[in-house]
Amino acid sequence: MTFFEVVFYAFSALMVVAALGVVSARNPVHSALFLVLTFFATSAIWLLLEAEFLAITLVLVYVGAVMVLFLFVVMMLDINITRMREGIMRYAPFGVAIAILLIVQMIMVVGPENFGLQAFALPQPHAADYSNTKELGRVLYTDYVYAFELASVILLVAIVAAITLTMRRRPNTRHQIPGEQVKVLKEDRLRIVKMKSEGKQ
Amino acid sequence: MIPLSSYLILGAILFSISIAGIFINRKNVIVLLMCIELMLLAVNINFIAFSHFLGDSAGQVFVFFILTVAAAEAAIGLAILVVVFRSRQTINVSELNTMKG
Repeated sequence: MTFFEVVFYAFSALMVVAALGVVSARNPVHSALFLVLTFFATSAIWLLLEAEFLAITLVLVYVGAVMVLFLFVVMMLDINITRMREGIMRYAPFGVAIAILLIVQMIMVVGPENFGLQAFALPQPHAADYSNTKELGRVLYTDYVYAFELASVILLVAIVAAITLTMRRRPNTRHQIPGEQVKVLKEDRLRIVKMKSEGKQ
Repeated sequence: MIPLSSYLILGAILFSISIAGIFINRKNVIVLLMCIELMLLAVNINFIAFSHFLGDSAGQVFVFFILTVAAAEAAIGLAILVVVFRSRQTINVSELNTMKG
């Protein structure tokens, strides 16, 4: 067994176990943490496939931002887990049966007969000075620049949508109105009182 | 060495686990969203494996866009979830029956 195979099988096993943890954990917080573990294992697999930039992006964007968002929402909402778990065993056998059926079917399609080393030979490893980030950037900013702009528009729409959905104006909250504060004049606030000076008697 | 089929089988297993997860956790919207993230991850593994074995970096660009869309989807999904919880005090799918759908 070569080093690559050891790494591949170790992280694949970790990934499958963590994915099973995501779907079977009782507590949604544990599910989210298992999902983080799945992302880490996937990132290792992507490093094996020489997709270094995306592996780092997965950890930074997914673990760093999206999963923190998930954990934040899970902890913010007061979820009644026991109500959620009611009747879970009624549908679990169907789910497991369909999953096993799907795995068997997919392995029959993508198994070693069709996608083995005979059909797809191992590619030559890149030279030591090859930069995956540079290559990805070159393709992204030339051939796919239109799609790249569309992706940025999607992110903008997502920001606007998320903020408009969750923003609410409660009527009794006290807050400052900066415009009114700036507009105020000296006469509104200050009253000068004329009085005699208190001289020494 | 590791053939392409191993990566594809890994993606297939991950995809099937997340489908089973959607059946098992069908009342909890947060875990459903997590299962969708897992599905997208399985698809991304396939994209990157093909990109590596065919020597074409277009597959990695597609993964880049999938990550973007998935992040946007997660943000909007969780925002909708927060709004639903604020108005109904529950995110149990079986109790969200106002529209009798």
